[in-house]
Amino acid sequence: MIQIESVTKRYPDGTTAVDDLSLDIPDGSITVLVGPSGCGKTTTLRMVNRMVEPTSGRILLDGSDITEQPVNALRRSMGYVIQNAGLFQHRTIVDNIATVPRMLGWDRRKARERARELMGRVGLDEALAKRYPYQLSGGQQQRVGVARALAADPPVLLMDEPFSAVDPIVRKSLQAELLRIQQELGKTIVFVTHDIDEAIRIGDMIAVMRTGGRLAQFAPPQELLSSPADEFVEDFLGTDRGIRRLSFFTSDGLALERGPVVAVDAGAEQVARATAAGAPYLLLTDADGKPLGWVAPQDAAGGADKVAVGSLLPYGRPFAAGRESLRDALDCAVLSPTGWAVAVDEQGAVAGVVSQEAIGAAIRSAHAGQREDGPAVPVRTTKAEVAT
Amino acid sequence: MSIFQFISDFFRDSAHWHGQDGIPHRVLEHLGYSFMALGIAAGLALPVGLVTGHTGRGGNALALIATAARALPSYGLLVLMFFWLGIGLTPVMIPLVALAVPPILLTSYEAMRTVDPAPVDAARGMGMGPAAVLFQVELPVALPLILSGLRSAAIQVVSTTAIAATVSLGGLGRFVIDGLYQRNYETVVGGATLIAGLALAMIALFWLVGRVAVSPGVRGGR
Ligand SMILES: Nc1ncnc2c1ncn2[C@@H]1O[C@H](COP(=O)(O)OP(=O)(O)O)[C@@H](O)[C@H]1O
Ligand SMILES: [Mg+2]
Repeated sequence: MIQIESVTKRYPDGTTAVDDLSLDIPDGSITVLVGPSGCGKTTTLRMVNRMVEPTSGRILLDGSDITEQPVNALRRSMGYVIQNAGLFQHRTIVDNIATVPRMLGWDRRKARERARELMGRVGLDEALAKRYPYQLSGGQQQRVGVARALAADPPVLLMDEPFSAVDPIVRKSLQAELLRIQQELGKTIVFVTHDIDEAIRIGDMIAVMRTGGRLAQFAPPQELLSSPADEFVEDFLGTDRGIRRLSFFTSDGLALERGPVVAVDAGAEQVARATAAGAPYLLLTDADGKPLGWVAPQDAAGGADKVAVGSLLPYGRPFAAGRESLRDALDCAVLSPTGWAVAVDEQGAVAGVVSQEAIGAAIRSAHAGQREDGPAVPVRTTKAEVAT
Repeated sequence: MSIFQFISDFFRDSAHWHGQDGIPHRVLEHLGYSFMALGIAAGLALPVGLVTGHTGRGGNALALIATAARALPSYGLLVLMFFWLGIGLTPVMIPLVALAVPPILLTSYEAMRTVDPAPVDAARGMGMGPAAVLFQVELPVALPLILSGLRSAAIQVVSTTAIAATVSLGGLGRFVIDGLYQRNYETVVGGATLIAGLALAMIALFWLVGRVAVSPGVRGGR
């Protein structure tokens, strides 16, 4: 565990970058430091690997003061990833990644072997091993930066806005990759960002900082969204925090209806039975149970096999039942022309359909349940899904 | 008689190819003086330029020194040193070193100052010591600019080393000085051609050093 105890940092010019900050960073999870630009996130992070020395207070790593061991030994036990990756442009990708193992005295062959293994782990094609950084895209460079930080298998990873300089699509895939790697490796990660969405997407715990280097709130993301400590945190979270909070509720409990679902070869009798289920539209599926589209009951009264597939209303994006969140289910329902969301199983076959009203009811009961039980701990798999 | 005639006569005269006053011996002497001056200048200017560039402090003082050194007339300095120190290598080395120092000093300072700070920060954050950061992170990236400073210095020194002959030393200046004295223009032109050739050889030499010493990752990145 990393314990930050009443740490203050005043720079020589008088700027108080961090003011009496105390924070217990739990092992094996991702703790995000988030806040507006200049609020002292980078300074806090850099005090952990002693790139910056605190003016007062102390930082403990597994119970002992970080100043007790030689500074470079401390740094080698903590991976460090920065915004623009900071790759060594004169070294190949594989040698960039092998840097820390080489510093630790591994022989070159073993260090490179390890580096290649890590390329796979962070989703880089091994064919890039002999390239130089200038031959890689920004997103690829950032992956190399992460691989380089992981190379000597340090228990702690410090990341300072690692994905801020890449475009939103690449950023999402890097975030997903980080969550996947974290699921496998269980590192203690301190992650700095100014982007609250990123913080919510990847953080197990989020420390919101305010200008002047003070801690505004330290809580798991869903608690932050449901009960912001004050107006500053509320403002910082933005206006749609209610919707975003739905990301933390699973779609498991949704009452999926199978009644309005009919196969494309269903006869008039089956259609009549489906119509009796009372839904305003019927969902047609193909022979494998995959969705085809919606049709009004009166248009299919003569049998589903008489309906031209081209005349069906599009079903929009289906959501993965149970694996995606209530936010995804609601999004699907809102986007659907019929106002009903289509749920699919792992094979992509229709598991059922659900109305906006039913989703609304599920949201209300989820909120009620949370108030009784206190904040639920997010399920890791759910988080990874949300990020993809 | 055309200048090309002079040149071809000079190089075809077999008497110019051996002995104390032969082309090979004079070329070696010339290169000897030049590289000695370049070596001394690099020994003085590189550490100062690299350190000031690395720390980012002292840039103004450095620019002042370089400008002052540039303002010194090489030949005037030589004459002064000659009257002060007498015949020898030292009075020749002083103006040549003064000539070579400014380009080396300024480019090495600039090379270090313009190194991207991000990889340096990453290296320190990974636990790399200061010497390793300098030699393994900063220098490899700063090398092309440093080499370009050494190359300008080398070209200037090779061209100016001819002045050694005016104080009775050897080198290719001998052909020029002696030729002028004897009104033998074939020798004057031949000597001047050799000096120009050596200056071009410096360009080729530093190009080659760059190919070998600078990482393709740095060359490709610009
Ligand atoms: N080396 C420094 N010297 C003086 N002031 C600094 C230095 N580094 C950061 N600061 C100031 O400290 C404050 C916090 O900076 P920083 O930790 O970089 O914030 P953040 O990472 O949250 O944007 C800012 O006001 C910044 O200008
Ligand atoms: Mg910052």
